[in-house]
Amino acid sequence: MTATAERRRPAPNRALTLLVVAVAAFAVVFYLWPVTALLWRGRSWASITDVLGDGTTWRILWFTTWQAIVSTVVTVVFALPIAFAIARRRFRGRALLRAFVTVPFVLPTVVVATAFLTLADRLRLDEDPVRLPGTAWAIVLAHVFFNVAIVTRSVGGYWSQLDGRPEDAARTLGAGPLRTFWSITLPRLRPALLSSGAIVFLFCFTSFGVILILGGLRRVTIETEIWRYATQRTDFETAATLGLIQLAVVLVSLVVNSRIQERLALVERTRATAEVEAENAHRGRGAVVVGAGLALVVIGLPMAVLVEGSLATGDGYGFGFYRALGEQDQRIPLLPVSGWRALWNSLSWATIAAGIATVVGTVAGVAATSPRRGMARLTDIVFLLPLGTSAVIVGFGMLIALDDPPLDFRTRWWIVPIAQAVIGIPFVMRSVSTSLRSIDPRLREAAATLGAAPTKVWREIDLPIASRAMVVGAAFAFAVSIGEFGATAFLARPQRPTVPTAIFRLLGRPGDLAFGQAMALSVILMVITASAVLVIERFRGVVAGEL
Amino acid sequence: MVPTFITRRRVAALTVAFALVAAACGGDDDDPVATGQPEAATEEEATSECFSDPGLEPIDISDVDLASLAGTTLKMVAYDSFFVSDGIFDSFEAETGITVEILTSADTGTMVSEAVLTVGDPVADVMWGIDNTFLCRGLENDIFTPYESALLDTVDDELKLDEYLRVTPVDFSDLCINYWTDALDGPPPESIADLAEEQYASTFVTENPETSAPGMGFLLSTIAEFGEGGWQDYWTQLADNGVAVTPGWSEAYYGEFIAGGGDRAIVMSYASSPVAELLFADPPVDVPPTEALLDSCFRSIEFAGVLAGTDHPEASALLIDFLLSPTFQEDIPLNMFIFPANSEAQLPPEFVEWAPLTTSPFTLAPDVIEANRDAWTEEWTEIVLR
Repeated sequence: MTATAERRRPAPNRALTLLVVAVAAFAVVFYLWPVTALLWRGRSWASITDVLGDGTTWRILWFTTWQAIVSTVVTVVFALPIAFAIARRRFRGRALLRAFVTVPFVLPTVVVATAFLTLADRLRLDEDPVRLPGTAWAIVLAHVFFNVAIVTRSVGGYWSQLDGRPEDAARTLGAGPLRTFWSITLPRLRPALLSSGAIVFLFCFTSFGVILILGGLRRVTIETEIWRYATQRTDFETAATLGLIQLAVVLVSLVVNSRIQERLALVERTRATAEVEAENAHRGRGAVVVGAGLALVVIGLPMAVLVEGSLATGDGYGFGFYRALGEQDQRIPLLPVSGWRALWNSLSWATIAAGIATVVGTVAGVAATSPRRGMARLTDIVFLLPLGTSAVIVGFGMLIALDDPPLDFRTRWWIVPIAQAVIGIPFVMRSVSTSLRSIDPRLREAAATLGAAPTKVWREIDLPIASRAMVVGAAFAFAVSIGEFGATAFLARPQRPTVPTAIFRLLGRPGDLAFGQAMALSVILMVITASAVLVIERFRGVVAGEL
Repeated sequence: MVPTFITRRRVAALTVAFALVAAACGGDDDDPVATGQPEAATEEEATSECFSDPGLEPIDISDVDLASLAGTTLKMVAYDSFFVSDGIFDSFEAETGITVEILTSADTGTMVSEAVLTVGDPVADVMWGIDNTFLCRGLENDIFTPYESALLDTVDDELKLDEYLRVTPVDFSDLCINYWTDALDGPPPESIADLAEEQYASTFVTENPETSAPGMGFLLSTIAEFGEGGWQDYWTQLADNGVAVTPGWSEAYYGEFIAGGGDRAIVMSYASSPVAELLFADPPVDVPPTEALLDSCFRSIEFAGVLAGTDHPEASALLIDFLLSPTFQEDIPLNMFIFPANSEAQLPPEFVEWAPLTTSPFTLAPDVIEANRDAWTEEWTEIVLR
């Protein structure tokens, strides 16, 4: 069914082909070539046989995969009720809740870990019989905290456009709400679940800070080992071998994921969100409460700890630390520039990165749903790969691959936003391709029959549906770059410190003021991120013309 | 400097002979003793070859027309906790016409690894901050070009570790045990041996030497103190006594130590930490709430060097001179909480009063550290995780 549907889609025109070529060049220069260069540099049969013959490698690989799968499953379970609340119901503060769940994404790992440890202490989870810190479960919990937004938002976005009538029919025929959810809704959500689940899996598979800080001394993963060998032991051979293993596992899981995605691509009768919401007004109040409650506990508690830390000045509570961020003591600089300046830097960089990611990601998303199967699959996998590749491999690879004209880019200032965009692209791409696949081809056929040119069909039918997905993706791309994922592997310019680097500097210094200001900056980062996400979502109306 | 992430190797443990250097500092006595003590039985002598003659010609700027260097743009790479005052390079740029751009890498280990990866085709012209624990990694891989700065005379001899002048000492610091004075039930510890006493059970937090510079400093201190055959027993006792280990400095200081709301009264930190506690106290205090235990300190020395393969060796040499000049050296303490290598640089009064330097720091020779750090951390992990 899908195949016939896709065959009937309008053939990609020349402009699209050009765009796809440009996007492919982007992937080659900023990802494939650097990674290949580093793996080639570290190539060594001896190292490969050594590493593969060592039982430790397999134990590490097993733990890496295990924690990634468990984290993904738990994240999905936590995220579904929240996604429901966000998708199906209109209630006061919904946009806020939607922005709120994105916030953890941007927080530096050190800050989150501090919040988790404080929380564990307050809730007595750090002493017998529980002893959470240092266990695999602490890692899983932190991954849920960070990644719940990915599932919530992409599943929520998809869900909000699903026609509710199949569920109605099931209920009329006597199925209970759970049964209806299990046998009707869940299967319909599978494309979005698989799509976002794959991204969560990749994030957890290559997770670094969480493992290092919350996992205790014993927990190592392929990612932390690559980092250790490459950066601390200057052993590029072992690092490259581990990089190959990582790449192999990620490739296999992506191919499997991509196949399942294609098989499951359901043609859905998508509808305007408002209509769906109106129909659902009377349904699932309980689930909304559960969803919002879960969000508050999982995401809200650690954040509350940060807020408290930012307000707890030496003499009670107050805004002293926030005020201090704007003050610049000449003799004793706690920060090289004011906290506000750092905030401005962060916002402008993130805007650049999110812009690149949205453009490239949208083109990639369209290419990934192209009727040319091979190209579609290749695009999907190539742009997802960076999420599953060690930042150290990419960063070090750029140092040796992008050093000569015309590709002498390694010390250019824009290499950092580009690197962040590379991480943001898969969000936009996956989100766009998932929603494009769900469009009923009969809509396009009808439009074509009525005389609409292919570009007009795209503008009137594909774009409005894809725009929501673009916005969801853009918000993530923004969050990814404001949170500076993996950017530590690149050369930075300290003259333009961003909020995460400022927090890092503050937390690297003794003294109440340093700690308090770090907390205050983290809170500001949360508020700004939430606001930025709200603003980005406003654009959706503009793009889709549906304000 | 900050939560820096450091090292280890899976190589079989080698027993070694090492040199324990009790170096004096501050010029209050003139007998730095370098005592080579062949400890334990040496199955295989493990030292790095890094201090053999590289046969390189130092950069010579005596015949260079300095005006011709104007207009050059130099890049200097540093670790991510490199901080200086805004505009600190202005006077250098005005005087020489050379512009300086700073690029920061991650921790020192990452920075050195990147330099090794790009040796001969460096990302920058000058490197700031390779320390004595990573020095031989850099030297073995020939990442530097020698240069003898005229200002080297102002630097204490104990800080000069490479006789072939490939690196120039620019700063040093002591990595020491700190304690929160009010939080101790009894007297403070007087030596690192005391930390294994019952009295300090579950009150000490240190960092993983694989991932943190202070953590590595403490491990090296214990090896210097108890010897190649003795440090393992000490660590076994520490583990039995409930020592906590975190991945980085921030997690130790702000997570477990009293300062961030934790409940441990003793932490592995820097000699200068009490100064920061004083300067950044809220509300302000007259006396820092913490003190450093001076008999527990590992001496960390940092160097700058001209990276081999630079297109601007002469301009880079001028920058090395500037880095060692009082202007730059006096800017270091309050920005990075480390000490200037130039002994003529004035220290801020808070440092003089609240950050006394030890007269007997622990040190180990860089070639010994390079040859053994992986085996040591491997062994350490086994003991602490046992």
